[in-house]
Amino acid sequence: MPHKTFFAFILPSLVAMVLFIALPIVSVVVQSFHVEHGRILVEVENCQPFGGCTKETRVDTAAMAELQAAQPMGQFNGFGTYLNRSHLAVDEIGAILSDNTGFGNIVARIYNLPFYKALAFTLVFCFVVTPLAMALGFAIALAVNALPKVSKGPVIFFSLLPMIITPLVGSLILYWMIQANGIIGATLQNLFNDPTLSLRASPVLTWASLLFYGVWTNAPFSFVVFYAGLQTVPGDTLESAMIDGASRWERIRYVIIPHLAPLATFVALVQLMDNFRVFEPIVGFSAEANATSLSWLIFNDLSGDAQLFGSAGATSVLTIAGVIVLLMPVLIRTWREFNHKVV
Amino acid sequence: MSDAAMTQRRPLLLNLLIVSFIVIWVVLAAFPFVWTVWGSLKVETDFFSRESWWNAIVGTYTRIQTGTAFTGDGYHGAWITREFWRAVGNTAVVTVSVTVISLTLGTLGGYALARSGQRYAFWILIIALVFRAMPHITLVSGYLLPFFQLNIWGVLPTSIIVLVAINQPFTLWMLHSFFLSIPKDLDESAMVDGCTRFQAFRMVIIPVMWPGVVTTGLFSFLLAYNDFAVTSMLLSADNQTMVPKISSFLGSVQEQGNVMYAVAAVVSATVPLFILVLFFQRQIVSGLTAGAVKG
Repeated sequence: MPHKTFFAFILPSLVAMVLFIALPIVSVVVQSFHVEHGRILVEVENCQPFGGCTKETRVDTAAMAELQAAQPMGQFNGFGTYLNRSHLAVDEIGAILSDNTGFGNIVARIYNLPFYKALAFTLVFCFVVTPLAMALGFAIALAVNALPKVSKGPVIFFSLLPMIITPLVGSLILYWMIQANGIIGATLQNLFNDPTLSLRASPVLTWASLLFYGVWTNAPFSFVVFYAGLQTVPGDTLESAMIDGASRWERIRYVIIPHLAPLATFVALVQLMDNFRVFEPIVGFSAEANATSLSWLIFNDLSGDAQLFGSAGATSVLTIAGVIVLLMPVLIRTWREFNHKVV
Repeated sequence: MSDAAMTQRRPLLLNLLIVSFIVIWVVLAAFPFVWTVWGSLKVETDFFSRESWWNAIVGTYTRIQTGTAFTGDGYHGAWITREFWRAVGNTAVVTVSVTVISLTLGTLGGYALARSGQRYAFWILIIALVFRAMPHITLVSGYLLPFFQLNIWGVLPTSIIVLVAINQPFTLWMLHSFFLSIPKDLDESAMVDGCTRFQAFRMVIIPVMWPGVVTTGLFSFLLAYNDFAVTSMLLSADNQTMVPKISSFLGSVQEQGNVMYAVAAVVSATVPLFILVLFFQRQIVSGLTAGAVKG
């Protein structure tokens, strides 16, 4: 295809991606180096007929509006935002490392810094939910494959629901069931005979319920992909394994799993990307007291009364760096394969 | 796999294990929805009952407060009093526009990527993969300030075009692999007969591309429908779509004791998805696997 035709076809799509994905990334980077204007204070003398005069410091709104119009980004701050307490917290980390009472103390104190708290949950969510959801999905795929044909359709229908559901809606539905006066929450209280038991109060239980939600909503994707993969397992290989005396488990271990391995890489990649942006369940579960994620930090900066663009920008840049680190193995492999092909 | 032969040889205990595992999974997947739909027809003291969940099933307090075991008060409150219908309308506008525009851009781009053997076509796909991985909220923090400056914040067209752009990487990948499966000879022979590239696309490719387009369209629809990060930050309160509207219900409604409005709104937002899965189950499954097998 000639270059001209190619670009004529792809131009609209490319323009959309450049304008609304590439440029915003640039905009985020620029923003992250700026910080909101300081308040301009003026001293006003306030004289009353009988009280005498008092001096009062006030925010000069007119001057602030003018400054805001002249420099909407705020003032230049360099890497200041990246290093402050709510992001990488370099000074605080230094202080913790130089003065602590042991490893547990270090971890606990670093966990109290907002950025590291969010990072910890995001990574745990990514690396706990992804393998568990894949294992569950694989188990469901094996089980459904063994079912009689008539029942497969309905089972697949119900299995798709947790995945297809709007994340915020899905997390609300679960949250209403597990909160103290919902069906599961109340039943748990009765079972353990502990009327104060609440998933919201304890960090451990909040994390557990968020992870449960993650597995619930991620498993169907693995299930569908693995189920489709199972249909392509070569019958001859299975049969010869059976003739050689392989047990059911050995056939799964030595025939089916190797056959599905390439699919598993794909599923893992997609789910890691999606789980890294975990955000809606934290809003839905109102879990921000005990669990926050990187995406939630950005949302929180932007949705307050005073929108902290600088702070949101810095967290966004750090998040994007995280995504690139996450994708690195895939990118390197593709790069090698591509060069190999060309040479 | 020879299903029949293997089923016969499976021991009874294993069969029992498989069936009970599936039953547990189906209950886990479906029960939350059934429970919430049922509960949305009750009053709050029943659905969120401290005494016993049995209240939610028989509707003890619903009977006391309204006289019957079912009530549509939650739906009336959400749709009429709190004007949820407006959000439903906005969602319809946003999802339909996003789907149509992304498919138009995506088919053109995906076709070009599938037919070009050039190095830069490969790079566009790789960059699209990286863009696909960007958390949406990081992009949103880049949009807000420029949109305020340009004075285009808060209106539906802005959100639509942003969602189209966010959706492009995925659409390009899907349609690229779909067009690869259509034989090259088809459009090339049309060009030998004197068509230009665009005429070949219009007269030869468009008639055969619908299965792939429908599947990709379903996922574009889902992305626009399920989005929370973009629409909640880029739309003003009057223009909100369903999902941000539900989240704003949560803030205001909890204090006024009207949680049932939110429950009714949540159920209303779930119904279209049910219908979608009901009618397009095959396409959804094939779309998920097409990406996997070829990607």
